[in-house]
Amino acid sequence: MIIDHPLLGPRDAAEFVCLGDASLIERPAWDSPDAAARFHDYAYLRDNPAGEHRELWYHEQGDRSWLVVTRDTLTHEVISVELARDIAIGLGRDR
Amino acid sequence: MSERFRVDGGLDAGTKPVRFRFNGKELSGRIGDTLASALLANGQRLVGRSFKYHRPRGIFSAGPEEPNALVELRSGAFREPNTKATVTELFDGLEASSQNHRGPLGFDLLAVNDLLSPFLTAGFYYKTFMWPKSFWERLYEPLIRSAAGLGSLSMQPDPDSYDKGFIHCDVLVVGAGPTGLSAALAAGRAGARTVLADEDFRFGGRLNSETHEVDGKPGREWAIDAVSELRSLPNVRLMSRTTVYGAYDHGVFGALERRTDHLRDSDGLPRQVLWRIYSKRAVVCAGAIERPIAFPGNDRPGIMLAGAVRSYLNRFGVAAGNRVAVLSNNDDGLRTAGDLAAKGIDAVAVIEPAGVQDTAALPEGVRRIDGAILATAGRKQLKSVRLSDGSRLEVDCLAVSGGWNPNLQLTCHQRGRPVWKEEISAFVPGDDLPQGMLVAGAANGSFNLPHCMSEGLAAGAEAAEATGHTPKPVEPPPTSGDTFRIAPFWHVGEGRGRAWVDHQNDVTVKDIDLSVREGMHAVEHLKRYTTLGMATDQGKTANVLAIAITAELTGKPIAQTGTTIFRPPCTPVPIGAFAGRSRAKEFRPTRLTPSHRWAVERGAVFVESGNWLRAQWYPIEGETHWRESVDREVLGTRNSVGICDVSTLGKIDIQGRDAGEFLNRIYSNGFAKLPVGKVRYGLMLREDGIAYDDGTSARMAENHYVMTTTTANAVPVFRNLEFARQCLWPGLDVHLISTTDGWAQFSVAGPNSRSLLRKVVDPEHDISNEAFPFMACSELTVCGGIGARLFRISFSGELAYEVAVPAGYGNSMMRVLMEAGEEFGAIPYGTEALGVMRIEKGHAAGNELNGQTTAHNLGLGRMVSQRKDCIGNVLSRRPEMVRHDAVRLVGFKPVDRSKELRAGAHFITKGAEPTTGNDQGWMSSVAHSPMLGHHIGLGFIRSGADRMGERVIAADPLRGGSVEVEIVSPHFYDPEEERLRA
Repeated sequence: MIIDHPLLGPRDAAEFVCLGDASLIERPAWDSPDAAARFHDYAYLRDNPAGEHRELWYHEQGDRSWLVVTRDTLTHEVISVELARDIAIGLGRDR
Repeated sequence: MSERFRVDGGLDAGTKPVRFRFNGKELSGRIGDTLASALLANGQRLVGRSFKYHRPRGIFSAGPEEPNALVELRSGAFREPNTKATVTELFDGLEASSQNHRGPLGFDLLAVNDLLSPFLTAGFYYKTFMWPKSFWERLYEPLIRSAAGLGSLSMQPDPDSYDKGFIHCDVLVVGAGPTGLSAALAAGRAGARTVLADEDFRFGGRLNSETHEVDGKPGREWAIDAVSELRSLPNVRLMSRTTVYGAYDHGVFGALERRTDHLRDSDGLPRQVLWRIYSKRAVVCAGAIERPIAFPGNDRPGIMLAGAVRSYLNRFGVAAGNRVAVLSNNDDGLRTAGDLAAKGIDAVAVIEPAGVQDTAALPEGVRRIDGAILATAGRKQLKSVRLSDGSRLEVDCLAVSGGWNPNLQLTCHQRGRPVWKEEISAFVPGDDLPQGMLVAGAANGSFNLPHCMSEGLAAGAEAAEATGHTPKPVEPPPTSGDTFRIAPFWHVGEGRGRAWVDHQNDVTVKDIDLSVREGMHAVEHLKRYTTLGMATDQGKTANVLAIAITAELTGKPIAQTGTTIFRPPCTPVPIGAFAGRSRAKEFRPTRLTPSHRWAVERGAVFVESGNWLRAQWYPIEGETHWRESVDREVLGTRNSVGICDVSTLGKIDIQGRDAGEFLNRIYSNGFAKLPVGKVRYGLMLREDGIAYDDGTSARMAENHYVMTTTTANAVPVFRNLEFARQCLWPGLDVHLISTTDGWAQFSVAGPNSRSLLRKVVDPEHDISNEAFPFMACSELTVCGGIGARLFRISFSGELAYEVAVPAGYGNSMMRVLMEAGEEFGAIPYGTEALGVMRIEKGHAAGNELNGQTTAHNLGLGRMVSQRKDCIGNVLSRRPEMVRHDAVRLVGFKPVDRSKELRAGAHFITKGAEPTTGNDQGWMSSVAHSPMLGHHIGLGFIRSGADRMGERVIAADPLRGGSVEVEIVSPHFYDPEEERLRA
């Protein structure tokens, strides 16, 4: 499988480590009143769809970027590849 | 025996003669032969025995589809079983032997199975060996296992070497027949980086085996010209002896190149290379494989595919027989008879069950017979065939063609489904091709030569254009061979004998019939019930025939009967090629510590720790047991000073204005207020609240921290820190780099450690207790100006330091430390003594942070701050995680101090049965403490912190022996911690 790294171009999937569902970016606030329930969902519930899926991949044998790879799990087609940092900032994550 | 079946011509006439051995008999052949063509040239018809019935079998094909002619090649550790004689290149001194027989090939004792064949039908195993149940393991299975299997392994390590390689190209062309050569010419001429791979050792495909004309010259000469043009193009790479075996995601292909298989001796070169080919476009021109017709007695040596008869004749100059008949449902019958007659071989008749051949075109003297074959005779070689009109033909070779099946495996490797094409009675690739793949020529169901050439040119041009090149329009050259007519005919229904479908696994038409009657209508069921297509040839000549017969039996059209699809590899790939250089010690890299060379000189015993090799202990003269060495190292350290290479610990450099805040969120305990020049112990949790890793972080400067992790977690911790930095808190100003390999780090521990270091650290740096107290850190210089870092941290519980120098100085630093320590009797200590001292101090390590324990379990609950956000703290507060009666880390001493403890023992109340229900916890680490003079242990026991002094049983029923132990504080040695602050 080839992942088209936004900074480095096409790279073999063997250079990456896959973590899974990109929803792991959306870590709940620790001090919210329902933090326990939200962290439970965050830590234990993952989507695993047959079809389009947004996944976190880490370029461990490369530049150490975390990427969000949108991929069809049935065909392995890679639909888009973005820097996870940009996605996180887009979701309002900051400090 | 001379080459009495060699006829004039062939592509390699006049090449060097060679000698080879088959079953010990010396035979001759010539360079350019395959083992199969040389055997046929010598009249060796019987080459093997079938899998189940041990039927005598001969050469059936001239390519990788061969089901019968499987041999063992070479001898000793080089022996390779199940090698196809039809693709084995002959060389001088080749040794081959037949397989799957007891006794000589000509008289196989297990041929008795053939007489028992009425009982050995489809599903035989499932039905027969069911009773009595206990007999399966004791009797049936060992018997079957000894009878099963074809060749045998050498049972020795493979002495050959294998390599791996990577190729990037614009266009990969798979197959170098007329289509593939055309495609490569079109792509190559356009300037595309092109790879042309063919599994044969001679480019040209069927052009070498047929008598077609291309561009006014014999096809094989056109192929030679095409290859020389391709060789002249710098952007084209030609790879012969290379099988493209798998189509993977995104244009990645696996290919196996045989580099030295055709040589007598590999001479130290890699035998095979496993290539990973990255292509932007791939043109599959893999050709087609001929399929047989099933008729009674169709497996005798001498009955072979018509296309193979032509290959042996036209390419290798070998007659497959003296009197040859042809059985064909397509135009190939005519061509075979014509080619044979042209070489002066007696083509007796063309037998036609379906009526498509053009009688007028038959060569003179060749009879045309409308009808079928009902029986054959000849045990070790075909002698005659009996026709449906009752007459008998005396022939020693029968050429059979039931049509051609496109080689579409590569189109199916990503769930592509072939579709049935009525006009050619064959499956062709569907529309669901892998990304970037084009298919052309016979592989796409085009069975006439002009179409192959024009499709190849068009596909090559399309691929070149798609990869940014501009192909020039070219007219395909004129060729012969422009007809292909076929009338479907699959098997002869009449007649009484067995009609083989899968030759290698001995599956007959009757077996298919039986399994359909027993309800196995789906092809996938049929396959598993009869074992059809499951032999080493993967049913290359059998599968489509079986589907057609099933369709007939179930009364459904073939298109609705379905097909099996394919997974890689198309043809078997040796495991050795997949392993490549990653064998034995090279299976994974070995990491050596900076002082490794010194430790080797010192005679250290090493232990593998992940990829690292670490000194476990350093035996000295007179020591006969490891405990003597380890006890001495512990005592030497605690009484004076010991030195240990701790460079394997993960080291991460963390910088930035928010580095402190970042650490504060990574560690469960507070880091925000750590002053410059100080080190702090930190505990990391997983997000689910389980303890993850521990180590220290030192604040070297305002915005500069140095973190250490455990050896085992160095890589994953760094990965997690990057995740937190990039994905969770992208607004923090923090930067990370792993420096594990950059620094050599040594623990210098023991009451004399400061005195020792005083001699090594440059004099301008004050390292007195007042200036450099416990948990201090500093950048300084050693040995007259070498930049170093000094940390006053202690894992042993002694006054101790860790000194770090750039890794290149590591080996020298170890020598310097030992030399400086000589006056104190400094000793090096290994991981074993390190472990003993940490157990004496009650420090948790990997055995305790095992992925199941919480900070609460470890007695570190107070290290989880409730006043800040950090990874894992929310879920670590869940009620079950902080139960008062949860297991807690405590120490254990044997009540009888002479008893040994064992890690893995489970705690039960005295007098209770050692059952899971009575389990109260487990012993995680044990050691003999030289300071206390007896065994000590760390372990987790329910409510442990409240049970000091209680006695329980450490039960070890698995290994035998239970020990009564006393629950004590885990701090066995110097619990007041006076020594480390000294």
